[in-house]
Amino acid sequence: MEDKTLYTLIIFSENVAGLLNQITSVFTRRQINIESLNVSASSIEGLHRYTITCFCDEATIHKMVGQIEKKIGVVRAQFFVSDDIFIQETALFKLSTQKMLEHREISKIIRIHSAKIVEVNPTYAIVTKGGMTEEILSLFHTLMQWDCVLQYVRSGAIAITKNKRELLDEYLAERKERYEA
Amino acid sequence: MTRTKISGAEILMRSLVAEGVKTLFGYPGGAIMPVFDALYDYSDRLHHILVRHEQGAVHAAEGFARVSGEVGVCLVTSGPGATNTVTGIADAMLDSTPIVVIAGQVGAQMLGSDAFQECDIVNVTQPISKWAYQIRSAEDITRAVSLAFHIARSGRPGPVVLDFTRNAQVETAEYVPKKVGFQRGYEAVPPTKPGSIEAAAEMINAAKKPLVLIGQGVELGEAQKEVRQLIEKADMPAGCTLLGLSALPTNHPLNMGMLGMHGSLASNVKTQECDLLIAIGMRFDDRITGKISTYARQAKKIHFDIDPSEINKNIAVDLAVLGDCKKTVSAVTALVKENNHQAWRDSFNEYKDKEQRLVIEPEVFPKEGPVKMGEVIERVATQSHEKAIVVTDVGQNQMLSARYSRFTEKRSIVTSGGMGTMGFGLPAAIGATFGRPDRTVCLFVGDGGLQMTIEELGTIMEQQCPVKVVLLNNNYLGNVRQWQELFFDRRYSFTHMLSPDYGKIAEAYRIPYTLVTEREQLDNAIAQMLSAKGPYLLEVAVMEEDNVLPMCCPGDDVDDMLLEIK
Repeated sequence: MEDKTLYTLIIFSENVAGLLNQITSVFTRRQINIESLNVSASSIEGLHRYTITCFCDEATIHKMVGQIEKKIGVVRAQFFVSDDIFIQETALFKLSTQKMLEHREISKIIRIHSAKIVEVNPTYAIVTKGGMTEEILSLFHTLMQWDCVLQYVRSGAIAITKNKRELLDEYLAERKERYEA
Repeated sequence: MTRTKISGAEILMRSLVAEGVKTLFGYPGGAIMPVFDALYDYSDRLHHILVRHEQGAVHAAEGFARVSGEVGVCLVTSGPGATNTVTGIADAMLDSTPIVVIAGQVGAQMLGSDAFQECDIVNVTQPISKWAYQIRSAEDITRAVSLAFHIARSGRPGPVVLDFTRNAQVETAEYVPKKVGFQRGYEAVPPTKPGSIEAAAEMINAAKKPLVLIGQGVELGEAQKEVRQLIEKADMPAGCTLLGLSALPTNHPLNMGMLGMHGSLASNVKTQECDLLIAIGMRFDDRITGKISTYARQAKKIHFDIDPSEINKNIAVDLAVLGDCKKTVSAVTALVKENNHQAWRDSFNEYKDKEQRLVIEPEVFPKEGPVKMGEVIERVATQSHEKAIVVTDVGQNQMLSARYSRFTEKRSIVTSGGMGTMGFGLPAAIGATFGRPDRTVCLFVGDGGLQMTIEELGTIMEQQCPVKVVLLNNNYLGNVRQWQELFFDRRYSFTHMLSPDYGKIAEAYRIPYTLVTEREQLDNAIAQMLSAKGPYLLEVAVMEEDNVLPMCCPGDDVDDMLLEIK
């Protein structure tokens, strides 16, 4: 069996109800598990941007991207490997203030990991950390050793491509030109 | 000037008229009643055919679309009315048939409350339709309808579902016609990559043993003439897929027959010998390729298609020519040189002769024994002067109709290819009679498939649709029985089927009927059926345990065909 690679898909679609469902159904139909998913407004009005990561082989990712792009309402779907993109996640930690006071090392760990304390009150402190999965997990596992983590959440990955500008505008302009011709 | 406001139901009527709709197939019910009420006043412009089951409506819409090239329309109520169309929607999706299914829905304020006959049909049909959309306000109707028809008929055609909430039917709004403009989220025809036309012509010019595969895309793209010009200029033999059978006249000297599992021996053998495979508007279905890993490995491949996601989906190709095949094929033809591949063409003859001797003669021209399906189909083709629209159901009747019908006109085969939907035939034939009232429509159906949608005989009776039903009765679910014979040690598990007295059924529906049990009766009975004005049911008692041959068995190489069962 071919080795599986972690692929990141970047998809732009119209902001209409039901499209997310249709996009994810392309994965479920092939029994491919989505590792992470993020959907939010893009820089172009009315268009949403999806960042989806999954493990699969190259032939499959080619076919899936084609089938996603075919859905009515999807403007463009492309896939990338890790080297082609800058990828980032965000994590939120809720830490016990009492434990932080008891163990000064916790604050030091937060600094070493370039995480940021955004709120402190007598019961808890909120810490944010942006970065790659491994960096966030490293902070998480270190904090866990101090038994200070009350809550922890990690976002889906978001990614931007390294090689070029946002080309969707140009792509849409070309498409429109073809349509008018 | 203020415009008059009219009900959403009437806006739908006007929008349908504006789209050129003249015929719709449907069945009323609670959540679509305002639309049916509006239809009452539009019956001079919109001919509504009342079917007997919503599955019949959707297959009739498919049959209508396939023969006419127009969009088939189906009008049903919410809940069960809508879910009864699901098989037909999936069927139309796999076979790229342009239909619009308009289903009633509970009022928008009740959505999600499990109201009476509420079903989330948009979510149900999204994975099996080209587009599924819910209209929730009267203002949205004209836009949604024009977009629905545009999506259904453009690019690679397909089924569209419009889920029409009751409030949107009764609320009023102005009727403002909308034209579909540029869509960011839909490009019907992908651009042809620069250089791909030239590259295709070069590959064709360099080929010594080219083989063209003609799919339904040629019919859908109205490129029958262009493809013929290409193969004639470059002198290239061609095979047709099941759905592409009438895209090239059967008797064309370059037509080497159907491809695939029950296709012609010559076209399948030569698939494994050609040096260039040129696929036009087909999708390398597993019924065409046989074992994928060994399929035409020796050949370079060019794939002409309008759907980019079909490229390299099943079979990796060397060159993709994206776009509308009517344009791309003629552009390639202009660049190919006139050629002569006589030796290559002649090499097909050996296999044609072998198939003729071992398969066709015993199936089509038997001298004794029970009547065979193949001979019935061949006689109908001859007596209808190869001009009839052939509608089939699914199974042995379908494969033998495909093998032994002969076509001289385009858009003449209507069959459920991708889904293989039993029960498709009778309602699809009804639709075909409305799509091409000027042509003879012959349906070949088995006893299993007929009983699946037999209620549509009621529609035939009421509408006097001139469907010539040829019932090939072998008292078996023949195709499954054949597989049980070949692969399950003749353990005929639930494939023997008791039939009703079809003569009495025909009589009850006031449809003329003849039963043929002897070969000698066949010609006269067919002549009588074809000369009858309206519908006709011709039942032929055919050989019970007959097999469709040749056959490329599942998992075998495509040229490894079974010619005889000993």
